[in-house]
Amino acid sequence: MQALRDITFEVKPGELFGLIGPDGAGKTTLFRILTTLLFADEGTASVAGMDVVGDYRDIRKAVGYMPGRFSLYQDLSVEENLDFFATIFGTTVEENYDLIKDIYIQIEPFKKRRVVALSGGMKQKLALSCALIHKPKVLFLDEPTTGVDPVSRREFWDMLKRLNSTGITVLVSTPYMDEAELCNRIALIQEGELLVVDSPENIVANHTDSLYKVAAKNTYMLIKDLKDFKGNKSVYAFGEFIHYTHSNSDFSEERLGEYLEAKGHEDIKIVKARAGIEDVFMALSEKKGTEV
Amino acid sequence: MKETEKVIVVNDLTKKFGSFTAVDQISFETRKGEIFGFLGANGAGKTTAMKMLIGISKPTSGEAIVNGFDVKTQPEKVKKTIGYMSQKFSMYDDLNIMENITFFGGIYGLSRKEIKERGEAVIEKLGLREVAKKQVGSLPLGWKQKLAFSVALLHEPKVVFLDEPTGGVDPITRRQFWEMIYAEADKGTTIFVTTHYMDEAEYCNRVSIMVEGKIEALDSPKNLKKQFDASSMDEVFQKLARNVE
Repeated sequence: MQALRDITFEVKPGELFGLIGPDGAGKTTLFRILTTLLFADEGTASVAGMDVVGDYRDIRKAVGYMPGRFSLYQDLSVEENLDFFATIFGTTVEENYDLIKDIYIQIEPFKKRRVVALSGGMKQKLALSCALIHKPKVLFLDEPTTGVDPVSRREFWDMLKRLNSTGITVLVSTPYMDEAELCNRIALIQEGELLVVDSPENIVANHTDSLYKVAAKNTYMLIKDLKDFKGNKSVYAFGEFIHYTHSNSDFSEERLGEYLEAKGHEDIKIVKARAGIEDVFMALSEKKGTEV
Repeated sequence: MKETEKVIVVNDLTKKFGSFTAVDQISFETRKGEIFGFLGANGAGKTTAMKMLIGISKPTSGEAIVNGFDVKTQPEKVKKTIGYMSQKFSMYDDLNIMENITFFGGIYGLSRKEIKERGEAVIEKLGLREVAKKQVGSLPLGWKQKLAFSVALLHEPKVVFLDEPTGGVDPITRRQFWEMIYAEADKGTTIFVTTHYMDEAEYCNRVSIMVEGKIEALDSPKNLKKQFDASSMDEVFQKLARNVE
């Protein structure tokens, strides 16, 4: 099993960089290599100017890492956990309190509570505080929002943006494509390979497939019939619409409309639309699938 | 008449843990063949409510009838007649595909012949012939979830409960999964589904949104968007669920 293959990318100082892909794509393996917890078989990597193999000790002091699964001590209280991580890194909570203040203040009322009794949202805030307490240059967050509801996700990203604005370089991984646009630059990863690395705006702008949003009363039948439409390239459900792309330039909205009408569809809507990151991700991974 | 057959009927269903009310007098009905989205923020009470509906947690008060059986007094009958899968647990990783099918088929009381026939049909339909002898744990998550959904339907239940079935699944497989849901609903199976993907909420016939133990909204996505003056279900959700922890 090859978890990662020929990964090449750079993150600039102060960037908020997103590594975006589904479960099993290799995100965690990549973060472990970059945080010196795992050796790569081939290739090199440096973080904050230091080599991940030769300078592993110094890298560990310079980075903060929040793993996907909670890394906190369940049987210690909130403040004990924070103290513990500060001490390990040879600092104190007071020394870097400014950095975590915004986040920590929300859980401070519960500082005597043991971690095991905290809600998911509170644990996440504590884990982030612990990853920040030694004032790292680079912060790695492995799927901080997986399984988190949309409201809490948005709040977490607001927090991340504020942190990033203090100058810390942030690498964050996520399976949620809609979080891409919140990053300065992103890498899309699938099955151990990077599909593309660029700003979300450029990725979308470089995508040339014409995309149509299609809707009708019966969505299930609409998907089926679009897949039978001659020349279809991709048919994907997207919320209340189906995103449709055609395999050649020989396409007219009128012709598709007539076809769907003949199939008995009602309330047909066909609108030309702009692709989003998720459209591009699917197009690129389909392309990869046909190349192999 | 078939169209209006009620598969789940819930009246004032409540669950308290000591002084904390996790589920607070919720009421709703789902129809045959309906895709019913069950949304809410983390900690809003979704899981607790679902546990009552599938017969593994006793309501403090109120009632829930699933497939004509009372979850309070006939939980074993409820369990036998429903399908269930979740993101966290769906199948045994160290059994192979056919072993999992045999195990779950047996649990649901299918005959050897039925298990073999339906199992083969599932493997065929999902194109898993080549990996049928592989341990389920070695399959990509998306395949696993499609397989788990088919296994949950093996005993042809009238209603299937799906707890975040697509979490972390890649975007293409996530859509294939929903096409399977559509096809199953089209056959008349009721689908009860939770998700954190708001685009998936749009695929449901009706959606309920829980906030702090109560159902604060319940309607079709179209009507909910109208009601909350929102352009997407994400916006509806943000408007309803923001600022409560």
